[in-house]
Amino acid sequence: MRAASLCAACLLALAAFSTAAVSTVAVSTAAAQEAGAGLAHMRGAEPIGDRTEPPMMARTEDGAERRVRNYPEQPPTIPHEIEGYQLDLKANKCLSCHARRRTGESGAPMVSVTHYMDRDGQFLAAVSPRRYFCTQCHVPQQDARPPVENTFVDVDDLLSAAGGDADE
Amino acid sequence: MMRKLIDWVKIFWRTLSRPAVHLSLGFLTVGGFVAGVLFWGGFNTAMEATNTEEFCIACHEMRDNVYEELKTTVHFSNASGVRATCPDCHVPHDWTDKIARKMQASKEVWGWVFGTIDTREKFEANRLRLAKHEWHRLQTNDSLECRNCHSEDSMDLTQQSPRAAEAHRTQLIDGSKTCIDCHKGIAHELPNMAGVEGW
Repeated sequence: MRAASLCAACLLALAAFSTAAVSTVAVSTAAAQEAGAGLAHMRGAEPIGDRTEPPMMARTEDGAERRVRNYPEQPPTIPHEIEGYQLDLKANKCLSCHARRRTGESGAPMVSVTHYMDRDGQFLAAVSPRRYFCTQCHVPQQDARPPVENTFVDVDDLLSAAGGDADE
Repeated sequence: MMRKLIDWVKIFWRTLSRPAVHLSLGFLTVGGFVAGVLFWGGFNTAMEATNTEEFCIACHEMRDNVYEELKTTVHFSNASGVRATCPDCHVPHDWTDKIARKMQASKEVWGWVFGTIDTREKFEANRLRLAKHEWHRLQTNDSLECRNCHSEDSMDLTQQSPRAAEAHRTQLIDGSKTCIDCHKGIAHELPNMAGVEGW
């Protein structure tokens, strides 16, 4: 009997809590909608409950020109299709062309020598395990329009605007 | 023992070399013809039944491993909707070669009976060995099963990406390489490629 009343009390508490939670969520959503009226979402202005038309999938450029890096440390983008390339502990399809010993036959650029360094700066015979998974940093090039505006300025432009001597 | 055997062979030969006493020549020729049609047709029908994807994936070894992996690749689902089934790539289409492959495949029945790869772990342990068999087969027959669909003569290199066109022009067209030399792991997962030439 006592157990039953305890249960009922629990249920009541739970119900009260969930109502409170729901109302909080509702308030915060409304606030967010007011605050960020002009914010671009990937799903557009449709309410959460409604279905939206997803944007078209961008096509991967195959056999495209190499893109210039936006800053020196940028991992270069991949100018070809990599669909179906196996990249796991058993096989690395990228390295079957880009590894040092494969570049002669494939004509592909060798992976940068920094990829052969371990974290103590020692050069290894093969690509270092921490650099093994190529797509962690390198992505294929797509003709995709950025969903939000980007105000990035190239460092050379910044320097020349400031009157310093840029690299070129 | 030996004498008995020789006697038996003699009796058999005597029966064979004499004309039939009770059966007419017409019955024997027509009967032989009909029996031949039935046997030959039955044999080929049975063999064709083993040459379907439904037959291959009736065993869980194929259904849970290689077939699942095929499903994610371009040979299963693609823009034009043409797909390859197991025998398209793994059995020669030419009759003589097909029979030879089918005889080889009797060893796979043995493997099925004794559960050589009946778990995922056993399959993974044998993956390199099994893949090497297929690579070797395709290397020795100049990627015949690829070429049943992908003809080098019908390949328009100008429509390929520059990198693919260059590789095909310098290595495929001059015959220095065959499809499987570069296109490994296009329909199933690759085994551990450490030590494999070109990887």
